[in-house]
Amino acid sequence: MGSKYETVIGLEVHVQLATRTKIFCGCSTKFGADPNTQVCPVCLGLPGSLPVLNKRAFEYAIKVALALECDIQGTVKFDRKNYYYPDLPKNYQISQFDMPIAYNGRVVLTSGDGERAIGITRAHMEEDAGKLLHDQDPASSFIDLNRTGTPLLEIVSEPDMRSPSEAYEYLKILKQTIKYLDVSDCNMEEGSLRCDANISLRTKGSKALGSKVEIKNLNSFKAVRDALLYEQERQEDLLEEGGAVKQETRLWDENNAVTLSMRSKEEAQDYRYFPEPDLVPFEVGREVVERIRSELPELPSAKKSRFIECYGLDAGDAELLVSERPVACFFEAVLEECDDVRSVLNWIKGEVLKHLKEHQAGLDALKLTPSGLASIITMTASGKISGLAAKEVLKDHLVSGRLPSEIVKEKGLEQVSDTAELDAVAARVIEDNPKSAGDYRSGKKNALSFLIGQVMRETKGKANPKLAGEILSKKLSE
Amino acid sequence: MRKDKNKYSISIEDVSYAARLSRIELESDKMGKFREQLNDILVYIDQLNEVDTEGVAPTSHVLTSMRNVFREDEPGTSLPNEKALANAPAKSGNFFKVPKIIKES
Repeated sequence: MGSKYETVIGLEVHVQLATRTKIFCGCSTKFGADPNTQVCPVCLGLPGSLPVLNKRAFEYAIKVALALECDIQGTVKFDRKNYYYPDLPKNYQISQFDMPIAYNGRVVLTSGDGERAIGITRAHMEEDAGKLLHDQDPASSFIDLNRTGTPLLEIVSEPDMRSPSEAYEYLKILKQTIKYLDVSDCNMEEGSLRCDANISLRTKGSKALGSKVEIKNLNSFKAVRDALLYEQERQEDLLEEGGAVKQETRLWDENNAVTLSMRSKEEAQDYRYFPEPDLVPFEVGREVVERIRSELPELPSAKKSRFIECYGLDAGDAELLVSERPVACFFEAVLEECDDVRSVLNWIKGEVLKHLKEHQAGLDALKLTPSGLASIITMTASGKISGLAAKEVLKDHLVSGRLPSEIVKEKGLEQVSDTAELDAVAARVIEDNPKSAGDYRSGKKNALSFLIGQVMRETKGKANPKLAGEILSKKLSE
Repeated sequence: MRKDKNKYSISIEDVSYAARLSRIELESDKMGKFREQLNDILVYIDQLNEVDTEGVAPTSHVLTSMRNVFREDEPGTSLPNEKALANAPAKSGNFFKVPKIIKES
């Protein structure tokens, strides 16, 4: 912002942890079941039922916190957050108040000038609420409690971001990192990653924070950025006109691209937190933390640096490859069978990513194998198949999973590099196209490409075009 | 019980606030009565402050030696839909039905 104000942004991100069952009961977390069929006395909040913590959810939370360089706390407890809303059957949410699982982490942004660390204040576990449907009936709201009790990790950042684009990058890296851990789908559109944003403005150089606005209803990364850009401008205009920013919660209205005041009651929310008596405290031993730490995969930033160093990639290419873990792993797996880094990179950047986009699928959904791509590259390099044929082989291979060599054989894609055979075809082409042959002889060198094209046609694309060119020009100079 | 009944001066506003938080509708002539009762409760509980807790860590649970009670991430049995909805005051199809919740916007 080129103004006299500095923007201050902090994000609260909720991530659904991809466990098989809910955080405090054995109900399935599978998405898309019939409404109110994955519920039990615990998640319905029926009297007398008791919650028991899902061990995997706890370990997933520690894993994410470690990946974000947080300090895992030695003693952790759960608390009740009290409020009334129909999607919350117990009238309290089991969350963590003053003894959360982790504090004090960071996410490092790299796209600006140098690195910039965004602090993470804390991460705590809690249970998700149910889903309300408002559009089924004019007088009522319908409730589906299948989602109630899905494990969430809330990650609260420090107010360290200084622009909407920094907030966008923070989210991108956070999502990338968590996806590397295989503990969440992190799909914002489907609600497995949710984000609320806090934004305020202050005069440059000032240390004090201005009144902040919390923005909700952000359903995509783009919505986060757009809503923050809008809100930044709205607050700046207000301040410029001598007005004040009211501390409040606003909703992002995607269709009209504006934030709207929720006009909520004046009084602050009063959640009356108190310790959850039904869950005893948890002690996290050093050995547990170290075991989980040792299970962490190489994270995107470390992988990016290694790719740059080991394979001589530039930062952009390295970033592209590491943006999704399966792609990065695939790249290295292909390199185990083919050491031509440039070709492997270009094939993945070009054809492979193009097909992923076309199929709207991840690598795991395709039948593409590292040795498959390696053999396509090797066959192309040796001249066995043309570049064009190679693309065709890849297209077949990633759907059928058949060996590229088989595809080449079956489709007759092998390049004709047999000099005698090409010699005969070239002679015929020159004879059939006296004008082009004459043009070439009289100095119009680009007539050659037409003649090469004819050779390709005669051989149904199987001729090695480089070799065909050599033979043709040799014959024409005779 | 302590005699000092005025130690906590719960105001009528406090009573009305607590009622609102609990979604309880209180008639105004009952306010005084609840104000007195809430005050009595606080005075009673205040006896705990007479115990010397110097050097005692805050206790959030009575089972002080019990820690780390987990369950494995294995599916258990869920209720069939008709049982889940059995106690609902109102339902429609597979859903619980409540008076329309209008988003405050």
